[in-house]
Amino acid sequence: MNATRLLAINEFVDGLRNRWVAACILLLGSMALTLLLVGSAPSGSTGAGALAISVVSLASLSVYLLPLIALMLSFDALVGEFERGTMLLLLTYPVSRWQVIMGKFFGHLMILTAAITIGYGGAALITVFTTDSGTVGWQAYLTMMASSLLLGAVFIALGYLVSVIVRERSTAAGAAVVLWLLFVVLYDLGLLGILLADHEQQISQALFSFLMLASPTDTYRILNLTAFDTVSQAAGIAGVAAKQGFSLPLLLSLLVGWIILPLLATIGLFHRREL
Amino acid sequence: MNAIELSNVSKRYEQKTVVKNVQLKVRTGERMVMIGHNGAGKTTLMKLMLGLTRPSEGQVQVLGVDPAVSTSSKRQTLGYVPESVAFHGAMKGREVLAFYAGLKKVPAAHYNDILARVGLKDAADRRVSTYSKGMRQRLGLAQAMLGDPQLLFLDEPTSGLDPSLRRQFYELIDSLSRSGTTSLISSHSLNEVEARADRIAILKNGVLLACGTMPELLEQTGLPIYVQLKTAAAAVNSVAEKMGWAGEVHKLDERNLEIRCRVSGKMELVRRIAALGDSVEDMNIVPPRLDEIYNHYMENVQPQ
Repeated sequence: MNATRLLAINEFVDGLRNRWVAACILLLGSMALTLLLVGSAPSGSTGAGALAISVVSLASLSVYLLPLIALMLSFDALVGEFERGTMLLLLTYPVSRWQVIMGKFFGHLMILTAAITIGYGGAALITVFTTDSGTVGWQAYLTMMASSLLLGAVFIALGYLVSVIVRERSTAAGAAVVLWLLFVVLYDLGLLGILLADHEQQISQALFSFLMLASPTDTYRILNLTAFDTVSQAAGIAGVAAKQGFSLPLLLSLLVGWIILPLLATIGLFHRREL
Repeated sequence: MNAIELSNVSKRYEQKTVVKNVQLKVRTGERMVMIGHNGAGKTTLMKLMLGLTRPSEGQVQVLGVDPAVSTSSKRQTLGYVPESVAFHGAMKGREVLAFYAGLKKVPAAHYNDILARVGLKDAADRRVSTYSKGMRQRLGLAQAMLGDPQLLFLDEPTSGLDPSLRRQFYELIDSLSRSGTTSLISSHSLNEVEARADRIAILKNGVLLACGTMPELLEQTGLPIYVQLKTAAAAVNSVAEKMGWAGEVHKLDERNLEIRCRVSGKMELVRRIAALGDSVEDMNIVPPRLDEIYNHYMENVQPQ
């Protein structure tokens, strides 16, 4: 079996063994089901189904939760193995360093895929089959699931970057928390602060849009709140951002870029690292 | 042919030089043992040979290639037991070995056989977290044996093993050696390895002080050997007198004496003892052990 695939399967089985997969499915599933059932109650007269409505609330929660889960999976992926001494042994085997990173990445991605597919997907199926909310907005819901996976992958990759730079697990844990705060909370607060301070409206909407797109979490938000009409009706900021012409392919490629760049940086640093 | 060749290899970490100008050749099929104090550079040398770190100066060749850029096929032929061998505690012994066997593309039948050879067959389906240190060490050796490696690197492999497991361990190494496997072992158990090593390399502060077989090292150090004689009744004084030329003679009791002599005078001494006829009833030659040779180098030879 190819080394990358073997490492990925090993990482996924490890996730199954230490209950990571089960915990993630349970967490995402219960959250999605709650929001879907709440969403299905008032949807009758608005024309928007529970799936479409819940995309707004689920995306808003996922933006906090998925980066956190992804960082927790990835922050000690490398530094933990350096500390335990298992990396030393692994690298004497016929496996390249890029294969180690990509194997871990695909393994962790499989954990997130299982959690999102079973958690979010399962909750949607339960809602569709047990309530009369219908399937309106299923494309938006599927896009939300796919982009959630991409958002998780972004933070897995960022977690690896932290993991390859620092020398101790405890430092990696601290750095992961800072990374989460920065991208999920502080960046948006900063943008909000700039808006409030900009009385003269010197910052153009184009520049502001660019600043929003510079953050993977905002890219994810914009993607889910504006990509589909059924959803944007229910989302507050939808109309504003939609006018900027952020196409779905652009937003998706931005997220993919946020995955590839940290991964490449991690592989580069890992190659230079001496054990 | 040499399995390992180090030419003027130095390794520096920031300001600290941990390996200085080491020249070393390990022949194919040889059992080479590296000894030295903690921090002498043994583990760094192994890492250099495994390509885990690159030399600051000099060249490292393992099986004819630079290990830092060696291909997968070359690493297929290496086995390594790290100093502190660690495995995922939640995995079972068999799962650990299956994982590493997968990386080397070794079939299941082969690794099941290895589990039996290292004595872990019955514990194979237990979690590694329940293993004793000796069992983990044996699992470490098992993974190193996967794929019949041509070259084995064993960093303190017997620490944590009880005497009978140590013996079994060296028997395994001997059988691998007979089938042509080259092994490089670092150890602190000097007297344990002296009979097992074809050659011994002595390191101090990153410098290779000496490398050779036990007789070669003994000759280089000039350490004395001890010849113990049991004499016939009432002959002890006359024998002591006749042996005085060879070196210091100590009378141990009324029948036994010990002569401290140079290695180069050993054969002449034996001839003269034989000439004494019935005056000498028994004799015993005690050469210096490896720990004495090691101490001699540590105390009397300064790294350049």
